[in-house]
Amino acid sequence: MPETPPVLELAGLSKRYRADRPPIFENLSLRLAAGEYLAIMGESGVGKSTLLNLLAGLDRPDAGRVLLDGVNLSALDDDAATLLRRRAIGFVFQAFHVLPYLTVAQNVALPLDLLGVGAEERRRRSLAMLGEVGIEALAARLPRELSGGEVQRVAIARALVHAPRLVLADEPTGNLDPRSAAQTLALLREQIKSNAGAGVLITHSRAAAETADRILVLDAGGLRAIGGAGT
Amino acid sequence: MKRTARLPGAGRVWRLLLLSQLREQPARLLVTLAAIALGVALASSVYLVNAAALAEFSQATKRLVGESDIIVRGPRDGFPDALFVRFARDPAVSIASPVLEIDAAVPGRRDPLKILGLDPLRAGALQPALIGDLAGNTLEFLAGDGIVLSSAAAEQLHLGVGATLEVAVGDAAKPLKVLGILSPDTFSQPLGLVDIAEAQWLFDRLGRLNRIDLRLLPGMDVEGYRRGLAAQLPPGVFAVAPQVERDRAVTVTRAYRVNLNMLALVSLWTGAFLVFSTQSLSVLRRRKSLALLRALGVTRAQLERALVGEGLALGAVGAALGVGLGMLLAAGMLQLLAGDLGNGQLHVLGASLRAAPWALLAFFVIGTGVAGVGAWMPARAAARVAPARALKGGDADYSGVTKSAWMLGGGLLAAGALIAWLPPWKGLPIFGYASVGLLLFGAILLVPALTVKLLRAAPTTERVVFDTAVAQLRENVGLSTLSLASIIVSFSLMVAMAIMVYSFRMSFDHWLVKLLPADLQLRSAPGNDTAFLTAATQAKIAALPALERVEFRRTQPILLDAAKAPVTLIARDLLPGRIAEQLPLILTATGRLPAGASPAWISEALADIYGYRLGSTITVPIDGRPTPLVVAGIWRDYARTTGAIVVDRRDYLAAGGNPAAGEASFWLAPGVDAAAAQRAIAGTLAQPDAFEIVTSSVVRERSLQIFDRAFAITYALEAIAVLIGLTGVSFAASSTALARRAEFGMLRHIGMLRRQVVSLLADEGILLSVLGVVYGLLLGGVLSLVLVFVINRQSFNWSIDLAVPFWQLGLISLVLIGAAALTAIWSGRAAMSQDAVRAVREDW
Repeated sequence: MPETPPVLELAGLSKRYRADRPPIFENLSLRLAAGEYLAIMGESGVGKSTLLNLLAGLDRPDAGRVLLDGVNLSALDDDAATLLRRRAIGFVFQAFHVLPYLTVAQNVALPLDLLGVGAEERRRRSLAMLGEVGIEALAARLPRELSGGEVQRVAIARALVHAPRLVLADEPTGNLDPRSAAQTLALLREQIKSNAGAGVLITHSRAAAETADRILVLDAGGLRAIGGAGT
Repeated sequence: MKRTARLPGAGRVWRLLLLSQLREQPARLLVTLAAIALGVALASSVYLVNAAALAEFSQATKRLVGESDIIVRGPRDGFPDALFVRFARDPAVSIASPVLEIDAAVPGRRDPLKILGLDPLRAGALQPALIGDLAGNTLEFLAGDGIVLSSAAAEQLHLGVGATLEVAVGDAAKPLKVLGILSPDTFSQPLGLVDIAEAQWLFDRLGRLNRIDLRLLPGMDVEGYRRGLAAQLPPGVFAVAPQVERDRAVTVTRAYRVNLNMLALVSLWTGAFLVFSTQSLSVLRRRKSLALLRALGVTRAQLERALVGEGLALGAVGAALGVGLGMLLAAGMLQLLAGDLGNGQLHVLGASLRAAPWALLAFFVIGTGVAGVGAWMPARAAARVAPARALKGGDADYSGVTKSAWMLGGGLLAAGALIAWLPPWKGLPIFGYASVGLLLFGAILLVPALTVKLLRAAPTTERVVFDTAVAQLRENVGLSTLSLASIIVSFSLMVAMAIMVYSFRMSFDHWLVKLLPADLQLRSAPGNDTAFLTAATQAKIAALPALERVEFRRTQPILLDAAKAPVTLIARDLLPGRIAEQLPLILTATGRLPAGASPAWISEALADIYGYRLGSTITVPIDGRPTPLVVAGIWRDYARTTGAIVVDRRDYLAAGGNPAAGEASFWLAPGVDAAAAQRAIAGTLAQPDAFEIVTSSVVRERSLQIFDRAFAITYALEAIAVLIGLTGVSFAASSTALARRAEFGMLRHIGMLRRQVVSLLADEGILLSVLGVVYGLLLGGVLSLVLVFVINRQSFNWSIDLAVPFWQLGLISLVLIGAAALTAIWSGRAAMSQDAVRAVREDW
């Protein structure tokens, strides 16, 4: 049986910010298949965020390639990378980053707006997505009227509403209480899985990481596998 | 009882806040400071220039009036010198000094030369400063064949001792030898001194005087004596206190000066709104730090005081710089403009900057105060924010602004509209200014609520960038309108001024067309007493075949009330039954005139100042006799703010009036060339240089040029205010763009192109500026009504018709919208220049 092409592939990725400093990392390689959910852990300053930026096409590697569904992100110009990100990547941030002046439904519909989806379809899909994350009733509210956990659900719904191939979550539970954090992580996993895409979770938390299929630790030696829900 | 720990003082909190501001936002603080400095500088310089010019006027008048107790002043044509003999023999009078005061036309020059005909032996005691300088020339002076010039006059006329000065008398020129030149310290303005007998002979005023200076015996009740004289003097002759003479320039120019001061204060006013905007945004940006201070134990009052202190400190430094800059500006303007900021009545030579510590202190206090007031509202709002909420990073809540705004804003608007109907106070439109202030404040308070309503009504366009921009503005309306405050204030005032000036210019132009229907105009130096066309010359001109019709006029200042400025009596050839074609009438009497009464048409100023109405009787001195005139109409006069009376020249001559004419209008015979007619008219004059014969279109063009020059400073002051307002918009745009970096970062993450983010900001900038422009146009339109119908009317006693310069307002609006959009784009680019990835990691 032929091997399924990976959603995300890193090949020989290296990055350094200053020539007189050691590289952040060197020669990283990784393959992420569709439906796979990966957690990357590491101490502060080890390069987790830099890696995430490279995965999203927001930064360029010094060497190596980032392939998203076979497209080399590193070779794209800013506009092309942005358009690819718009279509194929969803983001969940630690600080939520929803627009305070848009309603919950409008926030969730933003990626569809950017993709030029028609108003009716946009409405249908964003409400459906809100239903998926359990906050359909809050669609007309403004974010300031919601709790932290609810706002993060909005962010997850926004990250998934356009069915991206890759979801990148950067410390998504860092601002949440343990109960909300657990619910959010479960929801994130469930949505990534049901969406048939792939997911990368960047976290400090071992408990959070353990909701992923695989856990990799990033340190000076590169990426090391240590376990995960799928192991 | 256990004492609580001592809280840090407001002073320390203040230093902490101010220093951190200075460190983090030096450019913004400096520009705010510069705006205050500029506002104070403009206001103080305008005041200082006017004060210097007035002081110079006052000093010159004082020198001319000298040490008299009473001035007996008659019409310019004068009164019989028998009156002098009476005073000279009056035992209560210590010295009586006869004077013939003449504004003489000098051929080839536009400005007349003031000449005093004096008896040096008598005047020496009353005007010692002037006469003392004559010492070496007294005998020659008494010999009566020459003139002593002030140094300013000698310089202007390019004459030295021994040279000959020609003065126009009638339509001929008479020579005067320059006997001497006064030192510049004696008298700084252009002046000539002639022996009185020489003056009477030279100017054909034998046996006539127009002024007598009196010094009473020591111990006499001067005021009682002066009052007693009132009933004994011939018509048109008044006894006035020297102070009245000195104050005349002050009174005549007061309205103009006050208006200019108010205009100069507009920049300071806009600066206050700039402080308000900057402080509001700065407080918003620092809301977490401020909440932290509250959490650490700084009381609400301490925080409020510290933040107001920031504004006061900015204001104090800005005002101090402004006062210094104002003095420099004033010194420069005095050097360049000789004290005349456009009005023309305050042109004086040698006016120099004078110490005005109290006035400068007042400007310093005003500058500091407005900055404090500008900082007070945001300080109060910041102190009232619940620390827990602010620490959590919630959005600033401006909902209170919109809730209370309707009532307070509506109330202020209503009060502003009502107060505009009140009459002037001491001749000044104080309630008009108050009305403008109330309307401005009221409108600004209503802006957030109106903006919310408008943006809620905005339809969804399905353009994600535009819809997001609308949503952002709608939900952050408080923040958005903060940035609009300073531009709405300055732009609405600019719109109001533009409408007022345009209305005035259109009315002025129509007025000129009405007054100048003839092909040619003959004029001598404005306000002169000596150049005129004799009856014989008039007859020669009237007989010229090149002319189809001629109209001669005689204008002369007369005093109707000694305490008021002179009124101009204009005797002109009127066409019976066609007065409306000759005068810009606004009211005409419908009934018949009383039998035997001569009709007169008075200017609006005369009606306003003296309270005359249609049908009122005015007693005017003509040839020393009281002549009753009945008001048959009221006309619009933009040339004389102190009042004018037009009478038919036939009535004037019948009452014994002087047949000489100083002005004339000519209608050319068919097919006659204007230049040929000009030459023919000049050929009838013995001294053509004493007169100017020009086409009416030249007079109109010149008048409009003078008009535009008079309003040049108005435009300059307004432009500065708008620039300050635009600075406010720019600050707000950059502040909000920086505060929203994380938002832009997120949008970039989810696939918004860099140019789409910039476009989002441009859309916001355009939307906001369109709103600002619409508010500015509406508010400016309302304010223009107050300017046109209240402030202008009450200040200058003339009416103007409202006219709107649509193209001009459209152009300014487009420039403003473009500038605001560019500012927003620039701010967006600056905010986006930071790594979008880093931005989303900042906690917002």
